[in-house]
Amino acid sequence: MSAVIESHGHDDHHHGPAKGLTRWLYTTNHKDIGSLYLWFSFAMFLIGGAMAMVIRAELFQPGMQIVEPEFYNQMLTLHGLIMVFGAVMPAFVGLANWLVPMMVGAPDMALPRMNNLSFWILPFAFFILLSSLFMEGGAPNFGWTFYAPLSTTYAPPSVTFFIFAVHIMGASSIMGSINVIVTIMNMRAPGMTLMKMPLFVWSWLITAYLLIAVMPVLAGAVTMMLMDIHFGTSFFNAAGGGDPVLFQHIFWFFGHPEVYIMILPAFGIASHIIETFSRKQLFGYASMVWAMASIAILSFVVWAHHMFTVGLPLAAELFFMWATMLIAVPTGVKVFNWVTTMFKGSISYETPMLFAIAFVVLFTIGGFSGLMLAITPADFQYHDTYFVVAHFHYVLVPGSIFSIMAAVYYWIPKWTGNMYDERLGKLHFWLSFIGVNVTFFPQHWIGLAGMPRRVPDYALQFADWNMISSVGAFLFGASQILFMYIVLKTVMGGKKATPQVWEGSRGLEWTVESPAPYHTFTTPPKVN
Amino acid sequence: MFKKATASIFTKYFAGMAFLFSGNTFAAWDDLNMTEGVTAISKEVFDLHMLIFWICVAIGLVVFSVMFYSMFAFTKKKNPNPSSFHENTKLELAWTIVPFLILVFMAIPASNTLTKIYDDTEGDINIQVVGYQWKWQYKYLEDDIDFFQNLTTDWDEIYNKTPKGEFYLEEVDEAVVIPVGKKIRFLITANDVIHSWWMPDFAIKQDAIPGFINTAWTVVDEPGIYRGKCTELCGKNHGFMPVVVKVVPQDEYDIWVQEKKEAAFRMAELTEKNWTTAELTERGEGVYLKNCVACHQVNGQGIQGIFPNLAGSDIVLNNKARNVEILMEGVQGAAMQSFANQLSEVDMAAVITYTRQAWGNAENGDGKIVIPKDIVEYNKPNI
Repeated sequence: MSAVIESHGHDDHHHGPAKGLTRWLYTTNHKDIGSLYLWFSFAMFLIGGAMAMVIRAELFQPGMQIVEPEFYNQMLTLHGLIMVFGAVMPAFVGLANWLVPMMVGAPDMALPRMNNLSFWILPFAFFILLSSLFMEGGAPNFGWTFYAPLSTTYAPPSVTFFIFAVHIMGASSIMGSINVIVTIMNMRAPGMTLMKMPLFVWSWLITAYLLIAVMPVLAGAVTMMLMDIHFGTSFFNAAGGGDPVLFQHIFWFFGHPEVYIMILPAFGIASHIIETFSRKQLFGYASMVWAMASIAILSFVVWAHHMFTVGLPLAAELFFMWATMLIAVPTGVKVFNWVTTMFKGSISYETPMLFAIAFVVLFTIGGFSGLMLAITPADFQYHDTYFVVAHFHYVLVPGSIFSIMAAVYYWIPKWTGNMYDERLGKLHFWLSFIGVNVTFFPQHWIGLAGMPRRVPDYALQFADWNMISSVGAFLFGASQILFMYIVLKTVMGGKKATPQVWEGSRGLEWTVESPAPYHTFTTPPKVN
Repeated sequence: MFKKATASIFTKYFAGMAFLFSGNTFAAWDDLNMTEGVTAISKEVFDLHMLIFWICVAIGLVVFSVMFYSMFAFTKKKNPNPSSFHENTKLELAWTIVPFLILVFMAIPASNTLTKIYDDTEGDINIQVVGYQWKWQYKYLEDDIDFFQNLTTDWDEIYNKTPKGEFYLEEVDEAVVIPVGKKIRFLITANDVIHSWWMPDFAIKQDAIPGFINTAWTVVDEPGIYRGKCTELCGKNHGFMPVVVKVVPQDEYDIWVQEKKEAAFRMAELTEKNWTTAELTERGEGVYLKNCVACHQVNGQGIQGIFPNLAGSDIVLNNKARNVEILMEGVQGAAMQSFANQLSEVDMAAVITYTRQAWGNAENGDGKIVIPKDIVEYNKPNI
C-alpha cells in the first residue's frame, strides 16, 4: 500500500483522475470518494424527502386521502431509515473523506481501498432496502426503531432483506470509521499534535469511536431478530421465554450514541464556520474538545430515556433522568462558546454563516425540548407524541442537515474552484429556514395537545396545525431542488475562488489551490 | 378535492395567525399545550412541564439576546477590527457550574413527582388492560367483568365518504367505567405486539408489553368522559385504537357493574338458543365488521401477501374443523390472533358462519354452518 502512495508522490501534478465510469468505480482517491458519498447522500435525501412529502400530504387533512395506513407505515419507516443511514451519516462520511486528510496534511485516507469498498457497498444496501417496496407484503412497516415483536413475529417477509441491508450499512460505517481513526492517528503532518487538530477532525475522531462501539450492537440486534424469525429462537418473544424489552435496551444502546454520531460532526463544522465569518479565534478550543468527549461518553449511559414508559424500576428511571439532564452541561458549554466567539467579532453573513447561526439557534431549541423530554414524569405525557417528532426533527433537520448544507457552501469553492451564487444561496437559506420552522414548530403544539406520532390519521382538533405543518414541509422540500441547482451551477462554473476563499478562514485546507489538486500534501506540510 | 384543500389552507393559515395575535389566546391555549388533566398527579406533571418550559425560555432569552446583540453590534461594517480575546477560566467555570445548579433545581421536583407516580400498591379496583391489534380488553379483577373496547368511527368517515363527527377517531363502543375518588390500579399488558395505554387527563402512559405486566394508578375526582389513545406503533391500525374512560359517581358505578353482570348472564342464555343460518349470518356480519374487517377487509379479500383472502379460501369453503380451530387458536407466527377469549360462543359461531355464507362462499363450498354448541364442545387440539 505504501507503494501506491509513493507512486502518486512522483507524478503529483501531472497525473489526474482516470476517465469515464471506472474512475468512480475503482477510485481510491479521498476526494473522489468524498464526492461519491456526498452525491449518494443527496440522492437519498431526495428519496427520503419524497417519502416525507407523502407523509405530510396524507396528514394534510384528517381522514385517509392518498395512501392506505399499511403503506403509510412503510413510508414512515423508510423515511427514517433512509434519512438516518442514507442521508445524514454518508454525508458526514463524505465530508470526512474530503476534509480530514486535507485538514491534517495527509496525502489521502490511510486505507484507500477499504475506503472504496466502504462506499460501494452502500448503494447495494439501499437497493435491497428500497426493493422491499415491491415485495409481497410490502416494505418494512415497523418504524425506524423496529421494535420487536412487531418487527419479528408480526413483520412482513421483507424484514429479512431489511436485516441484510442494515448489516451492509453497518459494515460500511465500521470500515469508514476505522479509516478515519487510522488516518487521524497516523497521518497528521509533523507538528500537528492532537490538541492542535481542527475541531472538525476532533469531532470526527470521537464520532468514529462511537460508530465502532455501537454499530456491532446494532448488528447484534438485527441478527437476534433474524434468529427469532427464521431459526426458532425466542430472544424477543415472550411466549418462548424471551423479552421484547430486551430489544429496546439493545436498540437504544446503539440508538442513543447514534444520534450523537449524527450531531458531533455538525459541532465541528459550526465551530469552523462561526470562527471564519466572525474573523475571530474560537473562544474555547480545549473546552470544545472536552465538551464533545463528555457528550460522547455520556451517550452510553442515557439510552433508557427512550424507554421511560416500558415499566423500568424507579431507580433506573431516576438514574437515566439525571444522566440525561447532565448532557445539557457540555451542550451548553458548546453553545456559550459559539456565542462568545461571535461576541466582539467582525461578522459577515455569507450563506454558510447563515446556516451555521440557524444551526446554533434551532439546535438549541431542539436541546431545550430534549431537556424537557428528560424529565421523566413529563415524558409520560410527551412520549411518542408529535412533541418528540418536533424535538428530534429540530436537532436533525436544522441541526445535522443545516450543518451539512453550511459545510457544502463553505467548502464547495475549495472542492470546485468556483464560488457559488451568493444570491441564490441566501434564497435557499431563507426558504429552508422558513420551511423548517413552519413544518416543525407547530408539531410541538399538536404533540402537547395529544397527537400521537406514527399515525396516518388524527382527531379533528389537530387539523389546522397539521395543515400548516404540511405546507411548511412542501416549501422545505421544494427549496432543496434549488439547492441541487446551486450546487450543479457551481460545479459547472462561476467566479474563480482564491486558495483562501474566505477572508477569515484558517487551516491547512485553505493553503492549497482552489480547486484542491487531485493529490494534496504528497509532502507533509510543517505545522507550528 | 386537492384544489378545495389548497383554497382552504389560506383561510386556515390566516385563522392560525389571527389566533396567535388575538386577545382570545387563553381559551385556545388548551389546544396548544399539555392538558392539566383531572388528577393530583396530572396537575403536578403539568406544573413540572410549565416550570421546565419557563426555565428553558429564560435561558433561551439570555443566550439568544447576547447572540442577537452580537449579530447586530459586531458586524464587519460596525466593528471592522475583531477583538482577539479567547479562553477565560472564570467564565468557563461559571457557565459549567450555573447550568448544573439549574439542573439540580429541576431534578428535585421531578424526582419527587416520579416517586409519587411509582406506587404499585393494590388499588380499590384493579383493572387488567390488554392491548390487542387494534383494540383494548378490560378485565375487572374483583367483579369478573370483561369486555373489549373498539373504535366506532365509521370507515366511511375515515375515507371521507361521510362527514366526520365530533369525536372522530376518539369514540368507542364501550367506555371503561370507574368511580370517582377510588384508587384504580391498571395492570397493563398485551396479547400480540407492544401497545401503549395513554390517558392524558390522568397523566398515565404505560407500554402494554406481551408477557409482562406494567402497573399504573389513578384517583379521579371529577366525573366525566376522558379520551386517550394508543401511543406505540402497533401495526396497520395503530392510529385507530382510542381509549375512553368514563368516570361516574359511586352509585352509578354500582348500577353499571350490576348491568354488566346481568348482560353476561343473558349472553349465556343465548348460547342455549337454537339458531337459524339467517340469524347467525346476520349477527356474524356485525361481529365481522367490528373484529375482522381491519385485516380481511369488507369484501373478505384481505390484503395480498399480508392478510389472507377469505372469499373462496379452501378452509372457509370446505374445512369447518380447521376453520373453527384457526379462530380459537390463532395462527402461530402470523397476525391472526386467537379470538377464543375475545368473542362469546354465540359471536364466535356467528362470525364463522357469516364468513362461510358471505361472498359466494356458501355456493362454492360445503356451506356448513357453525352453531354456538360447536364452540362450547370445541376441544383444544393436542400440540
